[in-house]
Parts: sequence; structure tokens; C-alpha cells
Amino acid sequence: MNNGSTGQMVDRTSLDSVVIRFCGDSGDGVQLAGGQFTDTAAHFGNDFATFPDYPAEIRAPRGTTFGVSGFQVQFSSLDIYTPGEAVDAMVAMNPAGFKVNIDDITPGGIVIVNEDEFTKGNLAKCGYVDDYNPLDDEALTTRFTLIRVPMNRLTRESAEGTEEGVKVVDRCRNMFALGIVYWLYDRPLDATVRFLENTFTKGKGKPEIAKLNIDALKAGYFFGETAEFPSQFRIPPAKQSPGTYRRINGNEATVLGLITAAQKAGKEITYASYPITPASNILHGFSKQKNFGIKTFQAEDEISAICAAIGASFAGDIGVTGTSGPGLALKSEALGLAVMFELPLIVVNVQRAGPATGMPTKTEQADLFQALFGRPGESPCIVLAPGDPGDCFDMAIEAVRLAIRHMSPVVLLTDAYIGNGAEPWRVPNVDDIEPIEVSHPTADSYAEGEFMSYARDENTLARPWALPGTPGLEHRMGSLEKDANTGEVSYDPMNHEIMVRARAEKVARAVDTIPDIKIAGAETGDVLVLGWGSTRGTITTVVDSLQKSGRSISSAHLRYLNPMPANLEQVLKGFKTIIIPEINLGQLSMLIRSKFLIDTVSINMIRGRPMSVKELTENIEEVMDR
Amino acid sequence: MISEKTASLPVYKPKDFASDQDVRWCPGCGDYAALTAVRKALASLNHRKEDYVFVSGIGCAARFPYYMSTYGVHSIHGRGLSVATGIKLANPSLQLCVVSGDGDLLSIGGNHTIHTLRRNIDLTILLMNNKIYGLTKGQYSPTSEVGKVTASTPMGSLDFPLNPLALAVSTGCTFIARSIDVDMKGFDAIYKRAMNHRGTSLVEVYQDCNIFNHQAWFYASQKDTRPDNTITLEQGQPLIFGTDRDKGIRMNGCSPEVVKLGEKYTEADLIVHDETNRSLAFMYSQMAYPEFPEPMGVLYCEPNKPTYDSLVHDQMNEAINTQGSGDLQKLLMGNETWTID
Ligand code: SF4
Repeated sequence: MNNGSTGQMVDRTSLDSVVIRFCGDSGDGVQLAGGQFTDTAAHFGNDFATFPDYPAEIRAPRGTTFGVSGFQVQFSSLDIYTPGEAVDAMVAMNPAGFKVNIDDITPGGIVIVNEDEFTKGNLAKCGYVDDYNPLDDEALTTRFTLIRVPMNRLTRESAEGTEEGVKVVDRCRNMFALGIVYWLYDRPLDATVRFLENTFTKGKGKPEIAKLNIDALKAGYFFGETAEFPSQFRIPPAKQSPGTYRRINGNEATVLGLITAAQKAGKEITYASYPITPASNILHGFSKQKNFGIKTFQAEDEISAICAAIGASFAGDIGVTGTSGPGLALKSEALGLAVMFELPLIVVNVQRAGPATGMPTKTEQADLFQALFGRPGESPCIVLAPGDPGDCFDMAIEAVRLAIRHMSPVVLLTDAYIGNGAEPWRVPNVDDIEPIEVSHPTADSYAEGEFMSYARDENTLARPWALPGTPGLEHRMGSLEKDANTGEVSYDPMNHEIMVRARAEKVARAVDTIPDIKIAGAETGDVLVLGWGSTRGTITTVVDSLQKSGRSISSAHLRYLNPMPANLEQVLKGFKTIIIPEINLGQLSMLIRSKFLIDTVSINMIRGRPMSVKELTENIEEVMDR
Repeated sequence: MISEKTASLPVYKPKDFASDQDVRWCPGCGDYAALTAVRKALASLNHRKEDYVFVSGIGCAARFPYYMSTYGVHSIHGRGLSVATGIKLANPSLQLCVVSGDGDLLSIGGNHTIHTLRRNIDLTILLMNNKIYGLTKGQYSPTSEVGKVTASTPMGSLDFPLNPLALAVSTGCTFIARSIDVDMKGFDAIYKRAMNHRGTSLVEVYQDCNIFNHQAWFYASQKDTRPDNTITLEQGQPLIFGTDRDKGIRMNGCSPEVVKLGEKYTEADLIVHDETNRSLAFMYSQMAYPEFPEPMGVLYCEPNKPTYDSLVHDQMNEAINTQGSGDLQKLLMGNETWTID
């Protein structure tokens, strides 16, 4: 946007990638500003990855460090896989945000602050005492390009003549800040203007609020021109393969994947869930799509949620329940029931940092063992884990496909990072997605022979999915051990062993239709970095750059955790050293060692944050240089 | 479609509802009576066998589904109602009956009982109340009286019992009834009404566990005790009871009072049963032996409250009517897209 430009000469610097972080109080609207910046970058054709980072408290006391909310986005003219680490530019809406985030800014980086909020009182609230104001601290101001902006005052000025109260006006400060950043990165305002009009004018019938926000946005933009920035920056569009794209986060992709799978199977979904961070927006997502034959049930607790999903599957829907680690723990007995019933059931676990309540809004990968083993008895489930937000779509479809094919519960392990983090996603053509085959027997299917509720398909070992309401196939499902054919209660010792082995074998047979694991890089060499889940972006970035520096290193990513792809052992054997980075204390590492008797080197960072590219690079180099 | 189905409804006999499994309750257990009565009742109800689903949790009574030749689910401890909820949401045309005991439904599954009752999901709950844990060999249950000496309470239990019917009244349950395993005629009538009721029906059945809690209900179950210690509620009829039907319940101020008929009081002074009156239902739930005869029959019935399952489907249909049935490609596109050529 160059309307009304002063014509004054500005330097323009071209960059490949930039990392920006917006931060402030959780009520400051930084998530919205970050989301808008991302949308604009997306429209411009940049690749991007986002990392929203919020406190567990909804409105922690204003101005405190534990109430700080942040939104980080990396946008680039290259392919990128992570939201980045060293922050090039930060917008701090208050001193607490400044304090929490300033150490992540690269030296020489740009720091835009709302100086009106750096009052004595606010400084004290976040622990700056004795009249210390970091904005006056030369040690800091010389390290960064500090742009002090009286945002409160300027936003109010932009609203001159309005009838709205000052509180309402102040809420537009995030748009003022966003305007500055739009100028700094030479971005057009139109996508955000359109968004504000859609939200306030059309959505809420409040054109005056839309106008205030748009005026603040424009005022911020013009302020950018006059502020003393060292340069304006340009990040050219990335080369992306042709197609239609949208921004998507993992939880959205999970919802869309499950709905797509249900449609492809000609089924309705019953989504039963109990609200839990960071999985709740899956429930919200489904609730909005009832016209796709979606029933949502907000149950009284986690146990009721999974049991209702099991009941729904028994009656012929695709039963789905979503949760996070603590909820999965509560569901474990019932998940065992689904194993016993041999019904299709999808359990989405958006992992968070544990144990117990842990850090509800922060990410972790420490529920792998829980998903695999956290149930009484021998209780095998299919376990899948997408590697990035868009992959949640594909793996959700896989979850439904395998659940139906093998009449088995499937645990889909995502996490807070990919659940909330967004990236560009090329929208698939629905006609290109394979249908999912479902069959329900009728009495005619047994014209010769007798219906037996646990007679298995010889390939998939699935038992028949006979639905209540079908004449002639009345049968009882029970949590007690069953006769291997008739499904009636059986305490026979050998029968139990046959059933235990059959349940395990059935899950193992899923390997027949899961794809081989792919290697990024040479198929043999010194080091293979093996990952699973949300570390994919970090690992890809690290291994790419180590390959470019001439190292003998490849990477592979496991999306199927149980069963694992058929070629995995062969792949592992092609390398001298297997490095497994995880956001846990080495769960996949332990599995690989015990399954294949292959040694592994674990690299573990468990901080509630995505794994750091810099640190992982250093750690891998250290292993390679030993 | 439904009428077509009903038109061709086969003629059932009670034994058509019996599975080929051996019934394994202890001889003399009150559950037998309920099983026989349920099979008999189903034979005269207007649904096809394949449309019934019996669901349970864990416990002696929870083995019930295995003994029915309908569809059935024997789930895990306390969770029968949740499984049944999911079944009903997926297919509202199924007829759901949940059979479980006092431990299952009121202790480990208490939360689900509360929330099922308040949601008014269209299903029938048979609460087989024997005031004891049978399957785990005789610990006191949430309905056991204070001071109960059991394996886990050798010096007597300390906690006060839960009153399931009072719970049902307070959670908004739309059909509340009580029966006893020795009165299968009464049970038959109640059970049929419960199954035909649209909404959640709670039928408490006083059930004798003759192994671990024999005689717990003797005050209400014996020929010589029943007439004086129970009272059968009949819609529109005055509350009369007693071997000689010479006693009644009248309102004394705000409280019920047992009175003798014939001298000072006549039938006209007595409370007339009105099953649509929730306050009366609560009063009945509080009437307990030995002070009062315990009410049997339908305490409360509210036939027109919408059921949760129908509301869920209404909402789904409304979404389809207003937004059209889902366009998957449009859904995947979302609100904001951009194109790379
Ligand atoms: S233990 Fe009691 S309740 Fe259980 S089957 Fe025996 S008599 Fe019936």
C-alpha cells in the first residue's frame, strides 16, 4: 500500500526470512494481530509457520509476567518448517511482555514498544523496581534498534471525534501496532481491513468499531513512515507449488480430516468430548459443522466422553473423542474396552506438558508410552502421529481408515505446538481422496453358516461390524473375555491366549497398508536422525543445513508408531548412528532399542516449547564429532 | 417407515427374548424376577427385537444383557449410561434399557447418573437396588443404612445413604418409579410405561441379594409386612394402605402424616396422587420406613419434556436446513484462501 506515501526516500532491504514476535498482556489482542500478520504474509505468497504461546490463565492479573501472551511467526521466501528461534523483531505492548521476551531478540533486532505502558506502576508489577526503566538502559538500547511508540496516545488520536469510550478505543492498540509492522515489512493493509469489516460491520453489525480499528491500523502504518527505522524490509514470495492455499493449524486440520474421512466412508460422526486445553478447539470446530452429519456431545467428564463415543461406534457412527494427556489417563479403562469390543474409535490426544496438570498450554511428546501401553492388560491400539499442522489432516483420515479396516481404536497423537501452530496448507481436491470402504453385515450375509460376532476377516482380522437394528444379528458385546468365534463370555485359558494374540496380531496387520518410512537424504551414511510428531520441522531444518555443510546425515520421520512401517528396520540398519530427538526423556528411543536391538542416541529437551533448531544442531554436531 | 415396521411386528413370546446363555445369578437372587418380567414385558411392547439394546455397567445385575437375546452391551464399571447415551445419539430409533446396581449407578457411575437424568435422554434405567456390593462379595454400598456391618465395615458403616429417587427428582428426571422384586405384576405395568416414556425413566427396584444382604427389604417384601410398610400409588386415587386398607396419608401443614381412617379422618382428607406434581414426588421420595409406608409405583411422570437425543438431531437437521448439507470442498477451503499459479 503506497497511497498517501510522503515520497520520502526509505531504504529497502531484501531478506529471506524474518521472525516476528508480538507480545503483551493476554487481553492485548496480540494473538489477533499475529494471526492477521500471518494471513497477510500468506496472501503475499510467503511460506510461514506460527507459534502462539499463551498463559494458562485466561486473564492473569494485568501487567504481570505470568500473564504474558505471545505470538511468533516466521515468514520467508524459502521453504521453512519452524516458527524460528532468534527473533528479528518484537512488538511489546507492555513492560511485562518486554521483560519476558527481550532475551530472545537477536542483537541488532528491532524492538517496538508501547512506551505509554512503561509507567512506574506497570514497571513495578513485572518486577522492574527502584525507578529502573529498561527503555532508558543503555546496555539494552544499544543492543537493539529500540522504537518507542506512545501507542496509547496515538491510538486515541486516531480515534478523534468518536463517540465510543476510551476503553473501546484502547482496544485498537493492537491494530496500531500491526500497522507499524505492516509498514516495516512493506505489506498491504487490505486483507486486514477486509477482515475487520467482515468481523465488525458484517459479523457484529458494529461499523463504528470496524472504523476505529481500521483508523488505528492506518495510523500505525503512517507512523511507521515517520519513525526512525533503519530500513524497510522486503521478503519476496516463496516458490510454492501451484494450487489453492489456506492457513491451517493442527486442530483445524484434525477436524477437517475426520470430517473428510467420515464423508468418504459415508458415515456420521459422534464427537464426544470434555473441554480440556489444548484440545477444546477441536470440540468447537466440530460443533460448527453439524450440517456434515456431526453430532457433538459435551460430556460430564472424560470417561463419559469416550464411553459415549464407543456407544456411537457400536451403533454405526464414527465415534471420536478428543483430549489431552490427563484426559487420556482418565479414558484408559474405556479405551481398553474399545480394544475388547473391537470397534472403530478415534481418540485424539493433543499432548501437553505433564504430569498431572503440568503446563496446560505448553507442548510435549511424553504421552507416547501412555498411548501405546497405558491400559490394563495386553491392550494394543493403533497409534499415529502427524508431523506438522497440515499432516494432521492426512493422519486423521488414516486414523479413520485403519480404525474401520481393522475394527480397532486408533490414538492420534498431536500436541499443543502443531495443534495451535499454523502453516500454509495446499487445499486438496476432495475428489482425489480415496473412499473408505465400510461394510455392515445383514442376516443375508450369513445365508450359509452362522453369524458369529468375533469371526475374523482372514486378512485384516477385523470382526464384523454388525449394527443394532439389524434383524437376525442380535449379539451382546461384553467387557468380559470372549470366545474367539461366538463372542460369548469365555473363561477358557487357551481361548484367552488366542484372543490376546489375535488382538495384538490384528493391530500388527495394519502394517500391510501403511506406507514405508521415507528417508530425507542418502539411504546410508553416518547418521540418521529419526523423529516422530511435531519435531519434524526442527529436524528437517537442522538436517537440511547439516547436509548442506557436507555432513553424512539423513532424517526420517515416523508417522505410524504402532505398528511401525515395514521397512523401518532396514532403514535404521543403513546408518552407523541413530539419533532420536524427542520432547520427552527418550520414549521412542527406548522402543527402537527394544524392538530392533539397535543402539540409539537420545537428544531430549523438555521445556514445554518446540525443540530449538540451534540447540539440536549443536547437539547433533557434538555427537558426530565425538 | 416406522408404521410399516410396526404393521409387520412379529408376535413375540417371552422366551424369544431369552439368550442361550446360562443365567448365573445365585439361586433366589431378586434379579431373576426382573429378568423374567422384562422378557415378558418386551413381548407385549411395540418394538422389534432387533431395536432393543440392553446396556449395563459392572455388578451382578449388570450381567443382565448377556441373558437377553436382543442387542446388548456389558460395559465397564459405572459407565453403562455413557455408552447408552452414545448409542442413542448415533441411532435414536433404538430402544435403550440400562440395567445396573446401586453401586454401579450411584457410586462409581454416580456422575453419569446425575447427568443422564438431567439431560433427559430417551432411555430406561433399571436400578437394581440391593443395598450391597454383591459381585465383590459383600461390602456396604451407597444405599446401605448407617451402621451396616460388612467385610469392609466390621464396626459398622459410617456414611449416610443416598436416596436415588430424591436424586431423580432434583435432577429433573421425567419418569420416576419404584418397584420390588416380589411384585412382578406391579413391575410389569411400571416397566412398560417406563419403556414407552419418551425421556429418561428411572425405575428403582428393591432387589433381594439373598447371599450378602438377605432380609434387607423384608420390611417391604413379606406378605405380612408389605401392606403396612409400602403404599401403591395410583393416579388420581387417595393414598390408602394397610392390610385392611384402613390407613392413609394426609397433609398436615406442609408435611405428610399417617392417619387412621374411619374415625376422625375419611378418604376425603387424604392426599390424592398426582404424578405430574414434582413437589409431591419429592415428598414421596422422603417417605421412609419405619415412619412411613414407602411409595411404590409411578411417583412422577412428565411426558412432554424434549429429550436430549431428539434435540441433538433437531439441531443437526436445522444446520442442514439452513446451511445445506455440507459441501466438503468448500469446508476445506475455509474463509480465506490464496492461489499460486
Ligand atoms: S450375590 Fe446377591 S445380587 Fe449377586 S447374584 Fe448373588 S444374590 Fe444376586
